[in-house]
Amino acid sequence: MSHTPPFRLSKGGRLIDRAYQLAFRFDGRHLRGVQGDTLASALLANGQMLMGRSFKYHRPRGPLASGAEEPNALFGLGQAGRFEPNQRASTTALVPGMVLRSQNCWPSLDADMGAINNWLSPLLPAGFYYKTFIHPRPFWKHVFEPIIRRSAGLGRAPVDPDPDRYEQAYAFADTVVVGGGIAGLTAARDAADKGGRVIVLEQNPVWGGRTPTDHDGGQAAIDALLADLRGRDTVTLRRNCMATGLYDHGYLLARETLADHDPNQGIPRQRLWRIRAGHVITATGALERPLSFACNDVPGVMLASAVRDFITDYGVAPGQRIVVVTNNDDAYRTALTAQRAGLEVVAVIDARLRPAGDLPQAVRAANIPVMTGKAIAKVKGGPHVEGVALCDQAGDGRVTGTLDCDVVAMSGGWSPVVHLYSHCGGKLIWDEAEAMFRPDPDRPPLGADGQGMATVAGAANGDLRCAGDLERTEGAPMPVWVMPQRAPYRLRAKMWLDFQNDVKVTDVELAAREGYASVEHAKRYTTLGMATDQGKVSNINGLAILSAALDQPIQATGTTTFRPPYSPLTLGTIAAEARGDAFQPLRKTPMHDWHARNGAAFEPVGHWRRPYSYPRGGEDRHAAVTREILAVRNGVGTLDASTLGKIVVKGPDAGRFLDMMYTNMMSTLPVGKCRYGLMCNENGFLMDDGVVARLSDDTWLCHTTTGGADRIHGHMEDWLQCEWWDWQVYTANLTEQYAQIAVAGPRARELLQRLPGTIDLGQQALPFMTWAEGDLAGIRARVYRISFSGELSYEIAVPANRGLELWEKLHDLGRDLGVTPYGTEAMHVMRAEKGFVMIGDETDGTVIPQDLGLDWAISKKKADYIGKRAQARSFMRDGGRWQLVGLESLDGRVLPDGAYAVEPGVNANGQRKTQGRVTSSYHSPTLERPIAMGLVRHGPARMGQVLEFPMPSGEVMKARIVDPVFYDKEGARVNG
Amino acid sequence: MAEALAQIAPVEGLGMITIRADLSRAAEAIAEAAGLSVPDMTRIATDGSRALGWMSPDELLLILPVAERDDAITVLTDALAGEHALVADVSDARMVFDVTGPHADDVIGKLMPVDLANLPPDGLRRSRAAQTAAALWRIPGGFRLIGFRSTADYLRLILENAAIPGSQLAPR
Repeated sequence: MSHTPPFRLSKGGRLIDRAYQLAFRFDGRHLRGVQGDTLASALLANGQMLMGRSFKYHRPRGPLASGAEEPNALFGLGQAGRFEPNQRASTTALVPGMVLRSQNCWPSLDADMGAINNWLSPLLPAGFYYKTFIHPRPFWKHVFEPIIRRSAGLGRAPVDPDPDRYEQAYAFADTVVVGGGIAGLTAARDAADKGGRVIVLEQNPVWGGRTPTDHDGGQAAIDALLADLRGRDTVTLRRNCMATGLYDHGYLLARETLADHDPNQGIPRQRLWRIRAGHVITATGALERPLSFACNDVPGVMLASAVRDFITDYGVAPGQRIVVVTNNDDAYRTALTAQRAGLEVVAVIDARLRPAGDLPQAVRAANIPVMTGKAIAKVKGGPHVEGVALCDQAGDGRVTGTLDCDVVAMSGGWSPVVHLYSHCGGKLIWDEAEAMFRPDPDRPPLGADGQGMATVAGAANGDLRCAGDLERTEGAPMPVWVMPQRAPYRLRAKMWLDFQNDVKVTDVELAAREGYASVEHAKRYTTLGMATDQGKVSNINGLAILSAALDQPIQATGTTTFRPPYSPLTLGTIAAEARGDAFQPLRKTPMHDWHARNGAAFEPVGHWRRPYSYPRGGEDRHAAVTREILAVRNGVGTLDASTLGKIVVKGPDAGRFLDMMYTNMMSTLPVGKCRYGLMCNENGFLMDDGVVARLSDDTWLCHTTTGGADRIHGHMEDWLQCEWWDWQVYTANLTEQYAQIAVAGPRARELLQRLPGTIDLGQQALPFMTWAEGDLAGIRARVYRISFSGELSYEIAVPANRGLELWEKLHDLGRDLGVTPYGTEAMHVMRAEKGFVMIGDETDGTVIPQDLGLDWAISKKKADYIGKRAQARSFMRDGGRWQLVGLESLDGRVLPDGAYAVEPGVNANGQRKTQGRVTSSYHSPTLERPIAMGLVRHGPARMGQVLEFPMPSGEVMKARIVDPVFYDKEGARVNG
Repeated sequence: MAEALAQIAPVEGLGMITIRADLSRAAEAIAEAAGLSVPDMTRIATDGSRALGWMSPDELLLILPVAERDDAITVLTDALAGEHALVADVSDARMVFDVTGPHADDVIGKLMPVDLANLPPDGLRRSRAAQTAAALWRIPGGFRLIGFRSTADYLRLILENAAIPGSQLAPR
């Protein structure tokens, strides 16, 4: 048998420019293509038909298709950070200098050891893994899973960061047309006539879809439509832009390639468009289906449309002698195209008995033999097609003759591309006449108004002959799901449905026999349609086989769910600008740069970066914490508290409102005073705390935790806007308006009094839990006498733009006092020494204030507050709840944060019973010993008892239950 | 190297005052105190020096030279003395950027989900720029963007990234 490798024709190729040669490398070989080539056409032009190995059996594979549906020709593309696996040869434009590597083969594409699986294929049916790797059970985790994981996945994952830039952009239109073929461009013109903005998206670099390839005069018709559309300023035409998904409310995602595989352009590689469409028209065309005959996967067996695309569009002949096999008229075009290009068309094999349309007649008139009622019994050849054995379509595969050929162009009919229509709930109906699923116009995806938000045009709508006057009369196709009709098992076992995942007709039949009657189950059991092509060519054939095996109509079987994206998206387009320094917005306080200059070790607190501590010299961050704490306890320190939430609440009903927001009474707080308050959610759980200052008769300022500022402001507005809309209260989140500096330590007053100003900071004028405002060092300031460290402490709020100035002044004037900047960790330790709770440490969303001994901050007089009812429920009043205590380690080691205290016995799951846990645990520099707080069942009633905390090592640490206030129990230090 | 799509320039020296009140009752008093008519929903009124923006059904934002801020707060507070109202200085909480140039639309269009073609000359949109809150309105030659001061570095970075030369949104 003879065989001609693919080659470049001496002329033709509407998309290529032979004047521009492009060099590239394929598995180390230096090859050349031309401008306009795809990787597939360039490789074919170089005689390379073998382009991949199938996933499971490692069978040799050539390109099947010429578009996004290609299952076989996938490559690893690029190098280092720009390496990408599974790049589709049929849709990737050739760029000079490209480096391609074949996948799923070792040691090489031509001699692949994994192909041994092919000989084992009778032993590897559908569900093989499920059935084989079950027993013995422990083998799964330690033996089977590691092996399967190593061999799983097509292509290698890139390991280096992607150096390319990506971006997103927003667009808005009354109508978005997806697909720039004749149906899409016509629909766009009609939409533009009706008015409004129109966007047309075309996934390919060229407009026109199949029309210029398939119809004489097609290009002219497309050009006329384009000229019309380009003349309208309401229409935007965007090519290289693939719509990937349609979502609720007409939200359409589309990926535009700008400088794909061409980083030298210096612009973003791809752009993800986020489009709000008033209405979407999908004109996404149709995909040709393979025919299921034995060995339909041998390289050289291609879709009929792909054969004529390669010839017409790229001037590439897949081979010299072509056999066309079909169940419809359209494939006859391939015979005419091939003959016109000077190739030999051996025969057209038509499964139908009496094809009589214009195209079969034209083929006969061209003296091409047409064999009717015939089928391919088997393709001959291993690494490439060498011929076909023929049989009767109605028979059982008995060979009636053979034909010598090197290309088989097959067509099993066309399937409308219904993906976008289906993504958001549009339903399909089975069209018996054309043997295809097409969109059901009565059940489109619905918009907010209950009307269809998408309509379908052209071939995507099942109108396969949508080119109007350009079309010729075509005869009806005949559904052919197995070729020949009564093929025996040995032939069916070589008929590929899913080429990438190696799913055959017999696999789907086996799934049906084993009870996988649901198409979704059969899909997962056989892996049909689960590869990177998502079953674009295999889906309909597979469910037709399943329907036949289940002896039910195809409509009853239905399709699997179409999910976005239509074709794989690079993760870079999804991340877009959010990478590197712009990964997340880092929030910085007005003193941030000072902290950085002074060696701060930052920690994330929400989106903020706060100094954890300020290591000096050779200190580590923990040594710095110890030094900072001792400096505050013995002298004076400053903390950047600017991140604390500051929400002003004003109005005639503000007091009443805050009484509902907080567990304690805020309406009775006198002007000029501060009060610590707790905020609970409706379930009674503590969610935030902070100091509230009454600024005037009708105005309060609420401090929240750093992480709580936006959330609590939203919480307040939620209640005001949705529940108590008639209360006269206004709020404003002024968090960022102020820089806030805590000045704490026995010498805090001394330091502050060195600043000129109008505020009397003395104990008499400004006692604990009061505030005053005035001029401080020439800055308008509000000074709060509040303390989270237990020391004499002032928090000073100034306009944010003056924060750094005040901070630097304090450090200039306090140098002789040893004024020390301290970070969040010193703050945390000092508050723990004082037994103050921390939202997020002592609370976790399941803790009520009563658990923390904070009953004193819960008003008994108020009729209501948010959480009050919930706190009255039996589980909340249960004496068995875990409650706050101090924990004293018995051996001088720091208890691990989060450690559980156990008690005898096991629970229903066989786990050790617990009776408490550590919520905060530190080494206290002040006391020179470990301190901890925890929640323990009946804790406050069990002072002195010893709890056991088993460690992961098996060792048990012990701690005594003590009072949670470790330092200055009487609170004398707060006044200096 | 080609030019950036737009110039990104921080703007200093602006004062900003948040005003919350029942606009159906207090519009006249606010207009008189602010020196500008109260804008319609989603609009901003300006006289070239001051601007008054509609932020929500009961919230306005007065933008003015910072030197006039303290007086304006006093005047507004006095004018609204009989009303349930809130007047707050937010000048220091904000960061302002002007994005100008022939492709300023493209820079905004990459970061903010705003239909600029339907943004009227006096429109104001509260939205987001990538992951941070931002509002914008038109100025001669482009847009003025306000965001929060804590994310000023982020805002500047994403604006500059969106403006890299050659990356205009027009179909190519």
